[in-house]
Amino acid sequence: MGKKSNNIFKKIANKAYEFGFITNIKTDIIESGLNEEVIRLISKKKNEPEWLLEFRLQAYRYWLTQKMPTWPHLNIPPIDYQAISYYADPLKKKEKKNNEIDPELMKTFEKLGIPLEERLALSGTAVDAVMDSVSVKTTFKEELKEKGIIFCSMSEAVQEYPDLVRKYLGSVVNYRDNFFAALNSAVFSDGSFVYIPKGVRCPMELSTYFRINAANTGQFERTLIVADDNSYVSYLEGCTAPMRDENQLHAAIVEIIVCDNAEVKYSTVQNWYPGDAEGKGGVYNFVTKRGDCRGRNSKLSWTQVETGSAITWKYPSCVLRGDNSQGEFYSVALTNNYQQADTGTKMIHLGKNCSSTIISKGISAGHSQNSYRGLVRVSKNADGARNYSQCDSLLLGSKCGAHTFPYMDIHNNSAVIEHEATTSKISEDQLFYCNQRGIGTEEAIGLIVNGYAKEVLNKLPMEFAIEAQKLLSVSLEGAVG
Amino acid sequence: MENLLEIKNLHATIDGKEILKGINLTVKAGEVHAIMGPNGSGKSTLSNVLVGHPAYTVTEGEVIYKGKDLLALSPEDRSHEGLFLSFQYPVEIAGVSITNFMRAAVNAQRAYKGLEPMSATDFLKLMREKRALVNLDSKLANRSVNEGFSGGEKKRNEIFQMAMLEPTLSILDETDSGLDIDALRIVAEGVNKLKREDTSTLVITHYQRLLDYIKPDIVHVLYNGRIVKTAGPELALELEERGYDWIKKDN
Repeated sequence: MGKKSNNIFKKIANKAYEFGFITNIKTDIIESGLNEEVIRLISKKKNEPEWLLEFRLQAYRYWLTQKMPTWPHLNIPPIDYQAISYYADPLKKKEKKNNEIDPELMKTFEKLGIPLEERLALSGTAVDAVMDSVSVKTTFKEELKEKGIIFCSMSEAVQEYPDLVRKYLGSVVNYRDNFFAALNSAVFSDGSFVYIPKGVRCPMELSTYFRINAANTGQFERTLIVADDNSYVSYLEGCTAPMRDENQLHAAIVEIIVCDNAEVKYSTVQNWYPGDAEGKGGVYNFVTKRGDCRGRNSKLSWTQVETGSAITWKYPSCVLRGDNSQGEFYSVALTNNYQQADTGTKMIHLGKNCSSTIISKGISAGHSQNSYRGLVRVSKNADGARNYSQCDSLLLGSKCGAHTFPYMDIHNNSAVIEHEATTSKISEDQLFYCNQRGIGTEEAIGLIVNGYAKEVLNKLPMEFAIEAQKLLSVSLEGAVG
Repeated sequence: MENLLEIKNLHATIDGKEILKGINLTVKAGEVHAIMGPNGSGKSTLSNVLVGHPAYTVTEGEVIYKGKDLLALSPEDRSHEGLFLSFQYPVEIAGVSITNFMRAAVNAQRAYKGLEPMSATDFLKLMREKRALVNLDSKLANRSVNEGFSGGEKKRNEIFQMAMLEPTLSILDETDSGLDIDALRIVAEGVNKLKREDTSTLVITHYQRLLDYIKPDIVHVLYNGRIVKTAGPELALELEERGYDWIKKDN
């Protein structure tokens, strides 16, 4: 790249993170540190039944025996788990009358573009708004209830629907699954609970907006989605956090159960604070997301646009257990400055005639490291398995890295597996061509990157797709060199 | 007539090697100039330098365009001021539709002029009009910029973009290369339709055949980084007949 374009790239690299503000609100934060007492305290604050406390303690004891994974292509500084507070509640319980929400909280979510008053809501979207460890509000709960749909915070579900929670919690992601899954199972706080009854097509998009606000805290949300036979739901997840100099830990679990002929679409636009241009601060995003396509003809589709976080470790996966089930993974992962991402998926073929599709688009800029890691496994009895994987990497500049780690573990000769991979760069000639037509370099990069990611962005619901497009351009500015 | 473009003693290098060695050229508003010459004489360098390609360095001389110092303007602003290059080798931009690409270009030009972005309806209407002008298939317009286009389609797309941006000075860099005779005619007709009394064209070509369709007022021969001969349209015919050897011998 020429010197001139280099300068432009540097200049915009320092573009401010749009959601970096802090809400000043009295927050009930428990003392930092992790031990059995803390877990008992969290469980007590949430008024949980005994079985759930046991679930947490079991997970905690297992976690103590575990070490952080070292296999990802990530450079994770040591994390002091005793320096983190595991529960922060911004709802001033004592002052709360008639379920009124603190106006500061309402304002915060409004600023984030998530109005919590139903009359102001995005058309056709119900929201569960989570700040730190607590769900602030869930909209359209009543309307959904009329159709038998349950959409509420996890804490509420534990109180209101303990049998459903007990039946499904941990049934897809066992607490022994990995280090962060064990940690989450021990200390998890709010996330959303969704249950779509048999034969119901959810009439609106369900979404959860996660916000970290308090300092020195971690967020450990837990989401559980159950789509019963012949049902359909589209679920969206968005996340942001303030700009802080210290790193914040976010270790979530999402579990999805898809029954016979049911379909779940799960979309994420992840925009946690990525740290500054020098790599200071930012969220550590260590997440376990997995769906179990238990039913025949069930379908689960993951779409993710990952632009935030200092470090991302995340592999939304599909267990294709029911015959004829389908799994899809569409991903755009963008890293700039000193961000690191190790993300991909696992498609586990167990049933017969299952198919899976993986489209991964990595974009690396600045000094960042971006890895795709994916597993396609076909078990002995999974006749007629089909997989198509496409992993593309786009490099902007010469100081960043793009890596691809595809694993294939095939135990059935009838499987048909396709894998394509490309690596490309935005060329100076492309940028000059745009310049000659009057399009500035900054805008040209946005245009080209959005074009590159189009296949994935098209999978997002409309409103989200537009947001994601803007986000890609903004996150990238300052990237090519 | 007013001078639209004045090039005075222009020297330019690429990777430290001098390609242009003192070009002098004046184009008046409304004129069509042809710049001919053997391969490697500096024709493409001249067009790239005029539009500000970053790979080239101007070491001496000046270029006045519309009374402004052209070399002081960024490539984008040169475009906004009405300078257009039909590229010899248009690049492919995967995933970016011609529609989105042109919308960005048209709105950037409007922003430069202090105008609001064009509404989607108006823009699509403009696209339709201009597409008809250069016979660009609507299917092509929905495809990614130049991706998988044939040579003829790429050149037609260049002329379509020219129609959209309505330039004051168009530079056609070897627009005839890689075109069969039918494609050449369509492209040339497009250029002629777009010609207005106050707009000028710089046709850069190796061969005479394009000039059968786009009639130049003045023909220059560029050789070894300098303009060595300037005459009327008859010069192009003479070159067609005699080749470039006599020019090379004389210089």
